[in-house]
Amino acid sequence: MRSDVAAYELSAPTNLQTVLKQLAAEPGRHALIAGGTELMVALNTGRLESKELLSIQHLRELRFIRTEADAIHIGAGTTFSDIRRNEAIAAELPLMIRAASWTGSIANQNRGTIGGNICNASPAADTPPVLLAYEASVTMVSLRGERTIPYSQFHLGYKRTVLQPDEIVYSVSVPRSYGEWKQYIRKVGTRNAQAISKAAIAAVANVQANRIEEIRIGAASLADRPLRCASAEAALRGRSLEERALEDTIRAGRAALAREAKPIDDIRSTAMYRRAVAENLLEEFLRQLCS
Amino acid sequence: MKSTVAMTVNGEARKVEVPPMKRLLDVLREDFHLTGAKEGCGEGECGACAVLVDGELVNSCLVPILQANGTRICTIEGVSTEGRLHPIQQCFLGEGGAQCGICTPGMILATHHLLEKHPNPTLEQIQEGLAGNLCRCTGYMRIFEAVQKAVEAQHAI
Amino acid sequence: MAEDRDILGASPFRKEGRAKVLGEAKYIDDLSLPGMWHGATVRSSIARGSIRTVHFSSEIDWSQYAIVRASDIPGENTIVHLTKDHPCLAADRVNHPEEPILLLAHPEKSALLAGVAGVRVEYDELPGVFTIEESEKAVEDNDTTRIIWEGSAHGGTANCFKQYVLHSGGAKEAEDGLAAAFESADFIVEGEYHTGAQEQLYIEPNGVIAECKKDGSGRVISVCVQGSMQCPYYVVHALTLIFDLPEEKCRVIQTETGGAFGGKEDFPSVIGSHAALLAMKSGHPVKMVYDRAEDMAATTKRHPSRTRHRTAVSKDGKLLGCEIEIALDGGAYATLSPVVLSRATIHAPGPYKWPYVRVRAKAMATNLPPHGAFRGFGAPQSLFSLERHMDKVARAVGIAPEELRRRNFLGTGDRTATGQLLAEPVDMQHLMDRALAESNYYEKVERFAVENKRSAVKRGMGIASFMHGSGFTGSGERRLNSRVDVELLPDGRPQILVSSTEFGQGTNTILCQVAAQTLRIPYDQVAIAQVDTSVVPNSGPTVASRTAMVVGKLVERVCAQMVERLHADANLTGRYEPEEFTAAALRYLQRHGSMRCSVRYEPVRPVEWDDELFHGDAYPAYGWAVYVAEVAVDLNTYSASVTRFDAVQEVGKIMHPVLAKGQVEGGVAQGIGYALYEKCVWKNGRMMNNQMTNYIMPTSADLPEIQVHFEEVPSVHGPGGAKGIGELPMDGPGPAILNAIHNATGVSFDSIPLLPEDIFERLTSFTEPSHGGTEDLDPTREGEFLPEVNA
Repeated sequence: MRSDVAAYELSAPTNLQTVLKQLAAEPGRHALIAGGTELMVALNTGRLESKELLSIQHLRELRFIRTEADAIHIGAGTTFSDIRRNEAIAAELPLMIRAASWTGSIANQNRGTIGGNICNASPAADTPPVLLAYEASVTMVSLRGERTIPYSQFHLGYKRTVLQPDEIVYSVSVPRSYGEWKQYIRKVGTRNAQAISKAAIAAVANVQANRIEEIRIGAASLADRPLRCASAEAALRGRSLEERALEDTIRAGRAALAREAKPIDDIRSTAMYRRAVAENLLEEFLRQLCS
Repeated sequence: MKSTVAMTVNGEARKVEVPPMKRLLDVLREDFHLTGAKEGCGEGECGACAVLVDGELVNSCLVPILQANGTRICTIEGVSTEGRLHPIQQCFLGEGGAQCGICTPGMILATHHLLEKHPNPTLEQIQEGLAGNLCRCTGYMRIFEAVQKAVEAQHAI
Repeated sequence: MAEDRDILGASPFRKEGRAKVLGEAKYIDDLSLPGMWHGATVRSSIARGSIRTVHFSSEIDWSQYAIVRASDIPGENTIVHLTKDHPCLAADRVNHPEEPILLLAHPEKSALLAGVAGVRVEYDELPGVFTIEESEKAVEDNDTTRIIWEGSAHGGTANCFKQYVLHSGGAKEAEDGLAAAFESADFIVEGEYHTGAQEQLYIEPNGVIAECKKDGSGRVISVCVQGSMQCPYYVVHALTLIFDLPEEKCRVIQTETGGAFGGKEDFPSVIGSHAALLAMKSGHPVKMVYDRAEDMAATTKRHPSRTRHRTAVSKDGKLLGCEIEIALDGGAYATLSPVVLSRATIHAPGPYKWPYVRVRAKAMATNLPPHGAFRGFGAPQSLFSLERHMDKVARAVGIAPEELRRRNFLGTGDRTATGQLLAEPVDMQHLMDRALAESNYYEKVERFAVENKRSAVKRGMGIASFMHGSGFTGSGERRLNSRVDVELLPDGRPQILVSSTEFGQGTNTILCQVAAQTLRIPYDQVAIAQVDTSVVPNSGPTVASRTAMVVGKLVERVCAQMVERLHADANLTGRYEPEEFTAAALRYLQRHGSMRCSVRYEPVRPVEWDDELFHGDAYPAYGWAVYVAEVAVDLNTYSASVTRFDAVQEVGKIMHPVLAKGQVEGGVAQGIGYALYEKCVWKNGRMMNNQMTNYIMPTSADLPEIQVHFEEVPSVHGPGGAKGIGELPMDGPGPAILNAIHNATGVSFDSIPLLPEDIFERLTSFTEPSHGGTEDLDPTREGEFLPEVNA
């Protein structure tokens, strides 16, 4: 335990409005802590810079899953266990369930929140590629009001997001349009459980008469942020999955992904390995679309 | 800066005045003298610190005490009743599920949590349920046996 | 259970098991003493150099702290092993990252953070060597700037802690025989094999609490250290040198220990000495408990190895001769390297009949934290190399891997490479039969060969056959001269007094079983004392798979003595019920006040061993095994995983089936980690992945079904026919798994840990130059949730 806990302040404002007021009054002064599965590790290793924290873990206003006509809205304070238990998400957004199920361990899923996960902005996080593939949107609130942007615009760089100092993520919304689509997700980690991703692909495709009408691909650990593989999508959109065309389609997809992926060597894995595996996962998905 | 935090621990009302960022693990061990929860890694990886908070399994090394305010906590000390072993504890004893014992409190609580959610778990569910608790001694086989015996014991009641 | 006289071979509850499942077992960090302070260590941030200055920040009130420097050590500044090259605290130079320089103590644990941060050390850095090859090169090139270890009186030379040569028979006879064998051989097969460092990763980190008593003039008169450890008497010995005190003034107590695996064999002498010095300086008891990051970066690991095989074999698959070269990376100080090297040497030829053998082995110095004991202790390294090589030899000759082994197994009445007569039955053929049957080997090999053609997941089977010596090498047990006592408690129950420690393997349980069996009373009636050196005799260290066999035998003998005394002196009849035992015991106590019986080690058979020549009876007894691994290699992700494991072994009579299974399963799990998951990532001698997120140990979701099968051949050496079991399971998984991967993919990998990145690199290197393997890992980029490390 490498921090002096007495040097830290933590308070738990009773409602969201109070939090927003505090953020507006002193933007950048406080760090928000939800489930704590990231910040408390930083505390334990002596690297939690912010000494003043606001706890939002208990705010019921942020912890909800609402099914509406066009979209499912997930409050930022919703835990991964909440997501796994939700029947609507299980029925319509299976990739979210899978990603939630391999986020840390069950003990971590009981605490970790989707809002905390995207704000921590790790390029290796499990859920962001799914949100990219599903074309989710993010709603942020402040005293100034509310704004909603495509999730694909949320990340600006390594651990940097568009979130303003007086803002907090309110919810993530996922369109309910994937009923007929093919869906795929696979994570390659250091082991089968409690593993940080070395490469992961989440993808959805609308296939009609052996043709890729529409395809969306999100990836982890291939860039400094969760990656929407727009280039690979462009190369694959409209392509045929018929036997005589399949190898060309796969080749085009792989080549495009190889170009747009910018993985790194780090302590866990290598750039070349990550790129190769990501390409293999994409190929696996494309082959599955045929069968 | 200190906060007054109140919670129920193993059925008993408890209160402490401590820095709000003090870890639940340290409050349990230092302030409540419940040393069953252990520190194995400080990163939420090993599960040796696992306890139940409002019935949910959590790694107590990652919970600031302020967030435990008003909660119902169950530690390993709360699993047995008046010295009588819980069936899970009995099965761990019988099947060799504990070797050095350091992972055992967390492992038993994870098992408890698993069986509450899945009274009849498949082997896969057992593996997943316990994947957050690292054991270096057993290779997990005896632990899975113990869990399976505990499932049988529960149905026998 | 009270009526069960045949307690050996049954599976009674673990002696301290109830406390463990209740969460009531007290590990060192659960304990406190009144007025206790906390301790921390200021460590070297460089690999090698001299200490120029030590600067204490003016922001800190140092009067609140106790500070210990090398110059404060009353006795010798050394952590004693055979050599005294290992300082307790660095005085003017450092030889590895994390080397302890200063110690601090303070009443508040949190104040130590500021304290350690407030000490700034300036160095004059010197070039370091970080691999076996770099260390060898410095010697070859006579590069004095990179001679990092000068040699010693104990057989070391520049950069080399120790060297051994093992010849089967006389040296000249062996060399002539080898020359002829290679001349006439149909095939000569060469191979080079590497194993990496491995972290023991006990879930309870190292920790101690120390106390110190001084007289009026401030001189230390006694010290007491309690904590997590395997060998309390080793710590006693260490303290006698540090404090210049006799043994009786150095008391060491083992507290409940949360895993050890060798990692708490010699290291507690370091942390124990440190805490005791701080207790001396502060005038208070001092607790030192490492957090995970410190424990991983600063304490011992398994020795990395490089082994070269050159084998002469006939076209019928008869082994004609072998030349084996072993090199171990010992880290910065000699510590246990000579002993690890010795076991590596003796195990190098494996369970086979070799007409001629030469093994040359050396332990090289590098600027890494000293490597140390880890379950297997040199044998896993040697047996990995040998068993990979045997598959290679089989391929060269064109026969099946199991067939090559069968044609060359040692058997009853044969002599090993050291000339030891295998007097007790050995039946490797039968173990092989059983392993192949239990694992469905042939059916699977055939089926996988067909299925692999149509699948991106390639499956394969692999075998390893091996043995592991129980007990100390040669005359080691005689030198240890272990003593075991048993006494009567006031209520008439017997209490065993040994220095053998429990750390999960079941010491308490099996020794109480032996006592119960011998005394013919219920297991529940037998007590075993906490290991406190002021109370228990020295029955030797808890290492080398010796506890069940050697110490168990002593427990059997000393309990027999107790029965004798009660027969002779307390009217205990020939055939008695447990109640009569208790009655006799109480009569004895009434008459005499106390009873304590004592025995010392006696070899069951005479042991002839030549340390210099490696000739004779290397170990009292061996466990024998054949392991089979079933693997799946996913060519999309380049990941190999073990899908099933069969472990067949003969380790004498099984004392406690549940414990024995648990030992094998746990050892196999560690072996799987050693082979496929656990990589130490080094940069300039420092372990960079010193957190559980980045040092990958298998979880319950990663391990396969592990099937354990025992053959029982009673041995004269252990109680009820038992032999050692603890380390054997570590030797088989590595080579069995890599052999299986070769079977699955057709590609030969000779290095562990074998990570997906390495498989990827090899499989794609046919068309492109080597890249993307673990050589390309960047240890300075930690990746997730932690910013870049200050390297």
